[in-house]
Amino acid sequence: MNPDDRQPGRVRKAPENFLGAEFVRELGRDGVNAERRNFLRKSFLAAGAALAGAPLASALAASPGAGDPDILNLPPWSKMLGQPVAARPYGLPSGYEANLVRRQSPGLTSVPQASVSFAPLQGLFGIITPSGLHFERHHQGWVDVDPARHRLMINGLVKRPRVYTMDDLMRLPSVSRIHFLECGANTGMEWGNVAVPTVQYTHGMLSGSEFTGVLLSTLLEDAGFDRVKGKYILAEGADGSGMTRTIAMERALDDVMVAYGMNGEMLRPENGYPLRLVVPGVQGVSWVKWLRRIEVGDQPYGTKDETSHYVDLMPDGMLRQYTSIQEAKSVITSPSGGQVLLNKGFYNLTGLAWSGRGRIRKVDVSFDGGKNWRTARLENPVLPKALTRFNIDWVWDGSPAILQSRAVDETGYVQPTYAQLRAVRGTRSIYHNNAIQSWQVAASGDVANVQV
Amino acid sequence: MRALLLSMPVVLMLAVGLAFPAHAQFAGVGRDATDAEVKAWDIDVRPDFKGLPPGSGSVSAGEQLWTGKCASCHGDFGDDNHVFTPLVGNTTAEDIKTGRVAALKAGGSARTTFTKVNTVSTLWDYIHRAMPWDAPKSLSSDNVYAVLAYLLNLAEVVPADYVLSDRNIAEVQARMPNRNGMTRAHGLWEVNGKPDTQNQACMKDCQAEVKISSALPDYALNAHGNLADQNRTFGAVRGRVTDPKAAASKPAAAPANAVVTALLGARGCTGCHGMETKIIGPGFKEVAGKYQTRADVKAYLADKIAKGGSGVWGSAAMPPQAQLSKSELESIAAWLAAGAQP
Ligand code: HEC
Ligand code: HEC
Repeated sequence: MNPDDRQPGRVRKAPENFLGAEFVRELGRDGVNAERRNFLRKSFLAAGAALAGAPLASALAASPGAGDPDILNLPPWSKMLGQPVAARPYGLPSGYEANLVRRQSPGLTSVPQASVSFAPLQGLFGIITPSGLHFERHHQGWVDVDPARHRLMINGLVKRPRVYTMDDLMRLPSVSRIHFLECGANTGMEWGNVAVPTVQYTHGMLSGSEFTGVLLSTLLEDAGFDRVKGKYILAEGADGSGMTRTIAMERALDDVMVAYGMNGEMLRPENGYPLRLVVPGVQGVSWVKWLRRIEVGDQPYGTKDETSHYVDLMPDGMLRQYTSIQEAKSVITSPSGGQVLLNKGFYNLTGLAWSGRGRIRKVDVSFDGGKNWRTARLENPVLPKALTRFNIDWVWDGSPAILQSRAVDETGYVQPTYAQLRAVRGTRSIYHNNAIQSWQVAASGDVANVQV
Repeated sequence: MRALLLSMPVVLMLAVGLAFPAHAQFAGVGRDATDAEVKAWDIDVRPDFKGLPPGSGSVSAGEQLWTGKCASCHGDFGDDNHVFTPLVGNTTAEDIKTGRVAALKAGGSARTTFTKVNTVSTLWDYIHRAMPWDAPKSLSSDNVYAVLAYLLNLAEVVPADYVLSDRNIAEVQARMPNRNGMTRAHGLWEVNGKPDTQNQACMKDCQAEVKISSALPDYALNAHGNLADQNRTFGAVRGRVTDPKAAASKPAAAPANAVVTALLGARGCTGCHGMETKIIGPGFKEVAGKYQTRADVKAYLADKIAKGGSGVWGSAAMPPQAQLSKSELESIAAWLAAGAQP
């Protein structure tokens, strides 16, 4: 396709665009058969004709000089009464947004209850992931827990084992904090080579949310935990998998939260409703969902997801156990793999950076595969252990380019190249791949996932 | 009166003191757990076997349980791949001696559960809390000992006549094939741990040459579906059309519901009808609900909309909607019959 043909809103006579935005751009949601499609198309055209003059006729009639038919012919929504308030008591995105949804990676897992769905990072803005698009990772399916019957127990090395209802937890002093949540296996498919086409699949096990809840330290103190012997906690879920993870007491007393709120509403069931652990900076598996129990102990617990999975295989055949921190990482979310640039000219290149060790200090962007770099603008807020949005101006001259971003966090750590990371960790680690991502831009405007 | 007022705070303090022991910082919030409650939920088993309940189970009892409750997903010999990665395989007698699974170093071969797991407590704990996958927490302790004994036998860690119990499980630990295969020497546990890599934030002329080492082959471009349908159809970029068939059928693929809801606006229906609730006439969802089971619903509604009328939902009347073409009437009626989705 000629890049100059992809210019919506410009006056042009290409006949396949006569149908107008509300029709053409809303594509393929429900697999209607050809006959039905034709029928609908006809009926819709007739409707448009009666209301505002046929878009077909007017678009064809409009000479390039006359103006944009979308301006010259008022669209239906300018000439109708809209929907009443509360028509959709719990709001939904526009029907035109149907392309941006959570998606699975075919063949990654064999059963959908022990699987992953990836967030459509390629179309998201800012640093907060809409709750309905938050990635999913379940080991034994998701459950909708009755909050009235949910309990949190604290036991182990404590003076008083305690039980809290949701009533109790929501009375306690609460905090609201913005943090990223990244699966330890995010970008795991790319350790050896390029495996998937878009940022949704390379980096989509990532989200940013505002969490509201109680600091775990508040509860540990209420239970009178053993400050001398209590070195670890075990967090355990109430679902069938009874997910369990060991967390260092140091972390637990620092910024770990027992959260019920996410982005102003209660957690979604897929994300642990009504209670989950929030372990800022640490891989998602430790953020135990449907949290029912915290045990204080003097040894780590060696759970299934600390011995068989979430162990990083090193070149010498040793498995690294209890790898937790998500190190500084960044990715350009647009333009990114599987996208096409409209034409030559100006673009706002945008992406995300984050670090499990604190704040992002800066993000550099390269347009030539890492030879030269320019520093991007960081959007406020820049928060510790939270997604940080970066933007940088780019005028594409139509020649091939390789886009990369490189995050630096407040410890001074610089996001590594693939070569640097593989030199230490090999290619079979599965977990904790935070290498610099490359997107190749072809002269056609096609953007593709590559490694350099 | 004065005496009464004075004594009130004292009474209150006493009451508080009784209800909430002096330690409770958050009066009235939470309570102490009973022993029975802790026992019911504290099910974890640690590598030092703290938490392991007494009991036992034989390999042969385990084989029976396995056939009935586990084999359908994990295969008769625990090496099946169709639901989850194999549990058993790729360990050797030599591994059992050294406690390091050689296959992990060699690379290439499948990582089964037994190649990785270093602590037998993990398997006991996990089977007990989560298996069978579709009926978790349904096995008794003795059942868990038995299926675990069977698994250990499949992995050639214990002989076929073995009876696994809380008393001999430490012996089994000493034979776990990858018991020495874990390391905690890395910088990813502590927030201020030492990173593996030391990249520099070089800004200019950082490398002479850039070589592409890996790219997605063309045949794999569409493996995740048509990428054009995974991006917005407006904005700075589009998704790439990776499915040629999807490209051909594109212009006609507008969703039926959006077409109809636009029509309802264009034809003035939404002045009197809400999507969910009544304005002058009933909400379209209400209409759809009312006729869910009516066989001739499409014909009935098409006719009623065209002719108008009153009395079904109240005394207000709907004027005849003569401006609708026959196909428009039919598409609206079909949309209502299908549940009036937005
Ligand atoms: C309905 C299918 C199904 C049945 C039946 C089933 N399992 Fe599983 N099993 C799974 C799945 C799926 C997983 C992986 C869960 C996850 O992703 O966390 C699993 C995981 C396991 C694991 C951990 C493997 C690892 O490396 O993480 C063990 C051990 C296990 N099963 C044993 C058993 C035993 C013993 C039984 C019978 C009592 C059983 N399973 C019955 C589906 C099943
Ligand atoms: C001036 C107000 C008004 C307008 C405009 C209007 N309606 Fe109605 N509609 C009503 C009322 C009032 C009723 C209830 C009639 C009854 O109780 O029998 C109704 C009933 C209906 C019913 C349910 C019929 C039944 O028997 O249950 C349908 C379907 C319907 N309208 C569709 C439409 C459509 C489609 C349009 C636009 C083409 C439309 N209406 C325009 C007022 C209106």
